[in-house]
Amino acid sequence: MREKTIYGLGILGTLLLLWNFYTIFLVIPIDALQGNIFRIIFIHVPAAMTAFAFYGVAVLASIAFLWTKNFKWDSMAVSAVEVGTMFTLVNLATGSIWARVEWGIWWAWDARMTTQLMLFLLYLGYLLMRPAVAEPTQRATMSAILSIFAAADIPVVFMAIRLHNVRTQHPGPVLETGGLAPVYWPPFLIGIVAFLLLGSAMILVRLHQESSSREIDSLRRELHAI
Amino acid sequence: MRAVAADGVWKYFGDYPALRGASLEVAKGACVALIGRNGAGKTTLLRILASLSKPSKGKIDIAGRIGYLGHGIGVYDDLSAIENLTLFGRLAGVSNPAATAGAALEQVGLSRVKEGLAREFSRGMRQRLAIARAFLHTPELLLLDEPFTSLDDRAVAVLQKLLSDARSRGSTIIMSTHQIREAMELASDVALLERGRMIFAGPRSSEMLLDPGWLYRTYGEIKE
Amino acid sequence: MAALAIAGKDLRTEWRTKESLNASVSFALVILVLFSFAFDLDREELLAISGGLLWLVYAFAGALIVNRSFARELPNDCLDVLIASPAPGWAVFLGKAVACFLLLILVELISLPVFGLFYNIHWAGSIFPLLLVIALATWGITVVGTAFSAVTVNVRLRELMLPVLLYPLLIPLLIGAMEMTTGLLNGNAVLSDIRILLVFDAVFTSLSIYLIDFILVI
Repeated sequence: MREKTIYGLGILGTLLLLWNFYTIFLVIPIDALQGNIFRIIFIHVPAAMTAFAFYGVAVLASIAFLWTKNFKWDSMAVSAVEVGTMFTLVNLATGSIWARVEWGIWWAWDARMTTQLMLFLLYLGYLLMRPAVAEPTQRATMSAILSIFAAADIPVVFMAIRLHNVRTQHPGPVLETGGLAPVYWPPFLIGIVAFLLLGSAMILVRLHQESSSREIDSLRRELHAI
Repeated sequence: MRAVAADGVWKYFGDYPALRGASLEVAKGACVALIGRNGAGKTTLLRILASLSKPSKGKIDIAGRIGYLGHGIGVYDDLSAIENLTLFGRLAGVSNPAATAGAALEQVGLSRVKEGLAREFSRGMRQRLAIARAFLHTPELLLLDEPFTSLDDRAVAVLQKLLSDARSRGSTIIMSTHQIREAMELASDVALLERGRMIFAGPRSSEMLLDPGWLYRTYGEIKE
Repeated sequence: MAALAIAGKDLRTEWRTKESLNASVSFALVILVLFSFAFDLDREELLAISGGLLWLVYAFAGALIVNRSFARELPNDCLDVLIASPAPGWAVFLGKAVACFLLLILVELISLPVFGLFYNIHWAGSIFPLLLVIALATWGITVVGTAFSAVTVNVRLRELMLPVLLYPLLIPLLIGAMEMTTGLLNGNAVLSDIRILLVFDAVFTSLSIYLIDFILVI
């Protein structure tokens, strides 16, 4: 059942994505946008939104773990953070490519990209800390705490980056997604859905891996207990 | 009246089950000798009862103020004896911390060196300071982890006196040890832990008092 | 009150040994000197980066201080005694956070005149708003730092993990502090962004107090 779900989500997500790519690259007229590179927005922004969705899942799973002490929530949290971080990387990479093509620089400290970079660093700490703690209960508890702290920081990061950019009047491109004409919303939304589906499939795969490893752990425990 | 109830407690460290469904019920005012070999799970159980650790499975029910004496001395090297005890008095909400601390130092025979830093104390003095700390706030429940291990004779006398005072006050005591002889004399009840399981829990019998090895031979899995 | 007792204990033992104070002050001064070699700037440029520079120094010094906070409880198993005592977890946490706060403020107040001296920056003119910013931002650093000190107390490579986890979280706070400090040192008394510090402090103080029991008892 689970495998069917994973395949189903994965295939559906991939098909949507491919269809979306077709739309993005071949259907949308070039003169409507600021050059070809603008097409990347249909990957760049959905990636960020997907990452946010998964970070949200992670913090809920972390709270659930602290509440119930059930390790399946810890598995959900780490899977969501890993996949979310991956999408943040996609966002950072596409943003960087765009900046290079459009303005000749690989990185511009504009508000949105800087915020994404901060998020990446926050959750990178989470991913780095996990291997440093050997004992599973301790590792799961600490990860849950970190994930909650990271999520609590996100709104403050937004506040601060806005301030920073306004005050120092950083030159630099700010992505104007608000100005996207309604006729272009379908590929945008489909992009988000496609990423969510693919991301969910990846999380399920990771969850499956985690649950196998927990099963091995508990078998080992039963063996020890004999 | 129940002072302590542990029900089906499991504790895992990674894959290793330090406690496997250990259960224990202790009436108020009892003195339990928690017996077991090294690695049996005594320290783990005491730490869980002292709320230093959460069980992986199972329930704990504790009533009253707890006095805990673990493996570590639990005093600050850079504070003096009186400062250490006054601090713990304040943490425990004792009404007159400084005076209580002074009285406790008197009881364990450390009055003369009360201004001395704990780091300068001899081992026996540090142990007596630790004992003073555990009994300072007249706890209703005392959880002592191998308290007699490597105490000098002066410290042993101090501890025995404080224990009997606590008993006459009606405090409940759970004392782990693998030195059965000393523990048996003080105990009203006995609990035997072996490899994480509570093999026996009940009143101390005359056989146990007379022949310390009897318990292991009768109930233990590993036959001598 | 238990929290005050613990704060007092931390401050007293720190005053006697001065281990983290010495390390922190020395580190702050060395960094200040190093930065002065790293940049060859005229007065305009120096004033423009003044806030950023100062808070970098303070953040690095702060990590040293908070790292010791729970680590000092490890010898003799004192941490166990604190947790097992009737004092609630949040009181232990708050006491330690306050102690770290006062120690870090001390380091910062020692570094400030040195900073003014090396970089020829006048800070005395806007001293009161500056102190407000320093107080609020330092509280943010110490409250999150102390919480992470508790989280990493038993973790391998604690000295490395604590900064790695702490700094990303502190970035918004530091941005606010840096902006305002630069403004103040340049003579503009603009504190409209004090909001960020207040929000950060409020959110993370309450979150830490709420979660500390989960951190301490595993």
